[in-house]
Amino acid sequence: MNFDFSDDLKQLRDQARRFLSDQCTSAVVRRSADGQELFAAELWREIGAMGWIGAAIPETFGGAGLGYEGLCVLAEEIGRVVAPVPFGSSAYLAAEAILTAGSDAQRREWLPKLADGSAIGCFALSEGSGNPEPGAIHARAVGGYLKGSKWPVADGGIAGICVVVARDESGQPGLFLSDLAGARRRNLKTVDPARNHARLDFDAAPVEKLGGGWGSVQRVLDRAAILFAFEQVGGADACLTMARDYALDRYAFGRPIGSFQAIKHKLADMYVALELARSNAYYGAWALGADATDLPLAAATARVSATEAFELASKENIQTHGGIGFTWEVDCHLFYRRSKQLALGIGSAPFWKHRLVDLLETRNAA
Amino acid sequence: MDFNDTPEEAAFRAEARAFLTANAKPRAGARPVLRQGGLDADAVVRCKKWQAKKADAGFAGLTWPKRFGGREASPIVQVIWNQEENEFVVPRGLYEIGLGMCIPTMMAYATDVYLDRYVRPALRGEEVWCQLFSEPAGGSDLAALRTRAERDGGDWVINGQKIWTSGAHLGDFGIIVVRTDPNVPKHEGLTFFFLDMKSPGIEVRPIHQMSGARHFNEVFLTDVRVPDSQRLGAVGQGWRVSLTTLMTERLAVGDVQRPEVDDLVELSRRLRIDGKPAIQNAAVRERIAEWHARSQGLKFTRFRTMTALSKGETPGPENSIHKLVNASKLQDIASYGLDLMGAAGLVMDDDLAEAYAMFQSALLSSPGMRIAGGSDEILRNIIAERVLGLPPDIRADKGIPFNQVPTGRR
Repeated sequence: MNFDFSDDLKQLRDQARRFLSDQCTSAVVRRSADGQELFAAELWREIGAMGWIGAAIPETFGGAGLGYEGLCVLAEEIGRVVAPVPFGSSAYLAAEAILTAGSDAQRREWLPKLADGSAIGCFALSEGSGNPEPGAIHARAVGGYLKGSKWPVADGGIAGICVVVARDESGQPGLFLSDLAGARRRNLKTVDPARNHARLDFDAAPVEKLGGGWGSVQRVLDRAAILFAFEQVGGADACLTMARDYALDRYAFGRPIGSFQAIKHKLADMYVALELARSNAYYGAWALGADATDLPLAAATARVSATEAFELASKENIQTHGGIGFTWEVDCHLFYRRSKQLALGIGSAPFWKHRLVDLLETRNAA
Repeated sequence: MDFNDTPEEAAFRAEARAFLTANAKPRAGARPVLRQGGLDADAVVRCKKWQAKKADAGFAGLTWPKRFGGREASPIVQVIWNQEENEFVVPRGLYEIGLGMCIPTMMAYATDVYLDRYVRPALRGEEVWCQLFSEPAGGSDLAALRTRAERDGGDWVINGQKIWTSGAHLGDFGIIVVRTDPNVPKHEGLTFFFLDMKSPGIEVRPIHQMSGARHFNEVFLTDVRVPDSQRLGAVGQGWRVSLTTLMTERLAVGDVQRPEVDDLVELSRRLRIDGKPAIQNAAVRERIAEWHARSQGLKFTRFRTMTALSKGETPGPENSIHKLVNASKLQDIASYGLDLMGAAGLVMDDDLAEAYAMFQSALLSSPGMRIAGGSDEILRNIIAERVLGLPPDIRADKGIPFNQVPTGRR
């Protein structure tokens, strides 16, 4: 049994952690959160140059070929610093969709640009309220032209390439590719302003088919769920550390508040949720690397667990801080906001819980 | 990442499975063993036979020194054995504390003469050991125990009461921590011994648990004489010795606690809500998903621990997570299962109850799991203090001689 990352990947994780703690400070996150910039472009250029975005993209398509476990390790570090970059949209969604469903020509054209960060990818799935299911897709591509509205699309306002979920001529939902020429974009105000979100209106905008039906969409979502889970684990870990440090520093009634059981037990519960989520995410990392048959169930489990852990940790981190935690100046709210952004991005907790039980039933029936 | 054994681990696993296949029935498909406690005479005989067979085949005390019948194997080998044994229906419940806690403490502190006398018979299951720790006034605050030992020549004379002693009524020997000096702060006045449970002055009374079973006991000690040679550790060092016992990592996978999530899935398929199988109900599905995620999270946390063990690392206080999560999960699943059954959830008759009444049994036994072996609250303190590094509680009894510590409302 070796249920841990390799020493090489642990080294990569340590390097990433050091780099991001220097380069992705709270001040950098706040430039996006305060609306001074749409994303941290300089940071994005650097992580592209280091090969992170293309960690799981094969070298033949310009990636670093580190494999999925490498991408998981990086996702955790991106989550730890609430990085204001389109990492998930480009690496977990757009690149994955093109790898999964694209032709060789499409892969050769787009993956190298996504890998080095010169093109930002986004994934246009939602059409307003509702969860990712075929019935919620109304956008339609006819004769190479797409009509429909997609919102919210994470990083849709800064992307150069967009993977769109839409129906084809015969009404079957599947994956399409748009360079966003001919799409109207409107940046949206969201609960997490440190990440760009846009509404994309396609009115007969040119698209090309990526291939694959709803099965491919679900495959992309399943795989992304595991990577989202690592980002959530990173965020939850950061919240627990913040809350712990504050509980040691802050004195009330003549003693550190961390000596009160009300605080200790709260933090212990955050730790338990985090460890369960981390373990489930690890299994997902293995399933991604091995392309295991039970990947969908592993993904749903990791997603449910990680969403719960990050939501709990981010809200209880504010609570542990008390009044100061409710101010704009202290970073607690950046994590609280991001926890909801990650929780909703590819289908919310109830959606994944239902999917988990569907998969459990299928497995038990087999 | 991989889930494969090393060649040595695989070889041991094959050896263990061959022995188990030849000597026990597989658990898969068998009716669940509902362990509400209380071993009857037949069960004791079955436990003794199985332990002797295991020991003779070299599968007991795997990590122990060879001179006591062990293999000096790494802890991962013990975990592999536990995993394999757990796949079979074997008698359990008599030796976990003796072999998991008492004998390891003896091995750390007793002289060779005693070890040569006691370890092998314990390993073969010929002699049963129990652990006399908790008291009416010393549960979570174990160091507040009041049972006294006073020196009388070459002996110590013990007076007092222990409680929650598993298997004391079946025990041949016991380890015990007692107060030898009430004039110093509580942790400093304790001393540790082992004793013969057949000594004059020991009276064992079973406790009738809320689940109906009688697994734990009260043990009354009246002028019980123990020779000073049976002291483990120095006089006044009993707390330190106790910590050795408590920290003896119990890597046992232990009984699989039923009902598990899969049992709830099965139940939800059979029962109906609004004319449809309960499993199609959105609320039911969400609960199942949450418990599944928790259950898998624990399973994979255990895999991470196994990986650490396999690399020669020692598991630490982070292991507190297992019982903390499991005990509440069991109670919640049991209670929810009954909710799904409606009024029929009350019924425990064998011919009528769903799923061999395992949900009802767990409803009644799970409150004990949340208390025994470190309550939920103590486990949260352990995580907060020893994993997260938060300060210990401020103690009202710190530095105060034990006999001046307040003991109740006046």
